[in-house]
Amino acid sequence: MDEIILEVRAVCMQFGGLHAVENVSFVQRRGEILGLIGPNGAGKTTLFNVISGVYRPTSGSVLFKGRDTTGFPPHRMAELGLGRTFQIVRPFPDLTVIENVMVPLHLARYRNILASFTSWNTKTIRSEALRLLEETGIADLAELRAGLLPLGNQRKLELARALALQPALLLLDETFSGLRHEEIDIIANLVRKVREKGISILLIEHNMKVAMGLSDRVVVLDHGRLLAEGDPESVRRNPAVIEAYLGKGSMSYAS
Amino acid sequence: MNYLVTVAIFIGIQAIAANGLNVIVGYAGQISLGHAAFFGIGAYASALLTTKAGMTFWQALPFVLLITGSIGLLLGMPSLRLREDFLAVTTIGINFIVESIFQYIPFFGGALGISNIPSIRLFGTRLRGWPFLGVVAFFLLLSLLANRKFTKSCAGLACFAIREEETAAASMGVSPVRFKLLAFVIGTAMAGIAGALYAHTMRFIAATDFGFPHSVNFMSMVVLGGIGTLWGPTLGAIILGLLPEIFRPLIQYRMLINALILLLMIRFQPGGILGGSSVLARLFRRRPSHG
Ligand SMILES: Nc1ncnc2c1ncn2[C@@H]1O[C@H](COP(=O)(O)OP(=O)(O)OP(=O)(O)O)[C@@H](O)[C@H]1O
Ligand SMILES: [Mg+2]
Repeated sequence: MDEIILEVRAVCMQFGGLHAVENVSFVQRRGEILGLIGPNGAGKTTLFNVISGVYRPTSGSVLFKGRDTTGFPPHRMAELGLGRTFQIVRPFPDLTVIENVMVPLHLARYRNILASFTSWNTKTIRSEALRLLEETGIADLAELRAGLLPLGNQRKLELARALALQPALLLLDETFSGLRHEEIDIIANLVRKVREKGISILLIEHNMKVAMGLSDRVVVLDHGRLLAEGDPESVRRNPAVIEAYLGKGSMSYAS
Repeated sequence: MNYLVTVAIFIGIQAIAANGLNVIVGYAGQISLGHAAFFGIGAYASALLTTKAGMTFWQALPFVLLITGSIGLLLGMPSLRLREDFLAVTTIGINFIVESIFQYIPFFGGALGISNIPSIRLFGTRLRGWPFLGVVAFFLLLSLLANRKFTKSCAGLACFAIREEETAAASMGVSPVRFKLLAFVIGTAMAGIAGALYAHTMRFIAATDFGFPHSVNFMSMVVLGGIGTLWGPTLGAIILGLLPEIFRPLIQYRMLINALILLLMIRFQPGGILGGSSVLARLFRRRPSHG
């Protein structure tokens, strides 16, 4: 269990003069649920974008499964086993919900032009997609256009799509926001179940109850810098963390 | 009768090119306002290979496909970096550049164009009139079958995903580079075949046959009939091909009317006649996402 799935090494990300992420380093063990928290604008989503290949870091490196993946494009990261959701949801609006999930299910076929000419709408892929929709609780919406779904269900769809990649590491960017209480419990249980299958999870979450409840360990960012790191209880009591949140007034225990 | 056959031949040829444009614009969601350039590249390639290299139409055809497809690959590169509006302008620029190359470089016949292009022969007979229409219909059918196959393939699904949400598509293992370029290659190769057919039916071509107004024309067909639908571009080609024949006096305003139709459709019925929520669409529906 001590194997390392993700290592972020001295990552800096600048936009013009703005230091969105500054010299952040941490490691995540295989099978671990790691919480990534911090006030608004702390650089959490930016760090996700660096890890998943959307941005190339200004400096520093990212190691995924022990290999240096700094600057790999997003589709390569997906091939290597990285699944992610987006804070600002990005469904394929004109495709149906089930078709949305079928896109990542064909991952292996996109790598080869010849293989990509096989049919996408097959019985096996369809039933696999349906199974994922059942797991995330939106199977009854399968034939609806994804763009018509309310935000909460779009977040579940994003989770289903990310899971369809059968990732080794799952990045969840505020997947729980916009969900009702009972939905939060269902998805939290799903996340635990996913981890039991050996999938590591890095999650950004503003809802402290959820973040602290799910995470084995927590990393705290503030103003782009690593502020604290440790188990949920010690982080919660860390004066620097309390200070950062009190300053912004956003450490909420409600959803 | 002969006149009707000639009209049908031109409609068929334009429908093939419009089907190609549909792959780029409708399936992969990449704007291209320079499609006539590839129609022209196909026409010139086939004309030169048959007049200067002594090939038959059929011998030249694989080279025509290769040439237009490779240039399509090359000129599709801007789509990898540019935002939509810049890409629109860039493709218009490509159209003007290609047209001027045909116009001013002596190798391409200069302002005089290329004449004496041989007719297509099949089993020793020259194809004119009905038999030529048969060849055009064959290639039109082929392009429709290719598009249908494409929308049912994983490559097609990858293109839909890129069209809908590129960042999400990439995070799901779809390489935007690979599949955008694939769409450009398929789409421009279809324009190339159409151009070759055009060259061999006209038997004389000049650079102005492939100018920007013709790109607007192709785009109007796709948008009018239904962008991203299987039959839309063909329907658009039929309507826009017949209109000026029915209303003869309108023929001088053809380009203006095409542009007007394009703007009106985009404003009031962006899905086209066969797309989205229109009545016809439900009867005749071929949404790409449902294959
Ligand atoms: N593409 C970009 N260009 C310029 N600035 C950016 C870009 N992306 C993020 N930023 C800036 O970087 C900083 C960190 O933003 P980021 O979205 O990573 O924060 P966050 O921790 O995810 O915040 P939140 O909790 O509100 O989602 C912000 O100041 C933001 O405005
Ligand atoms: Mg964020």
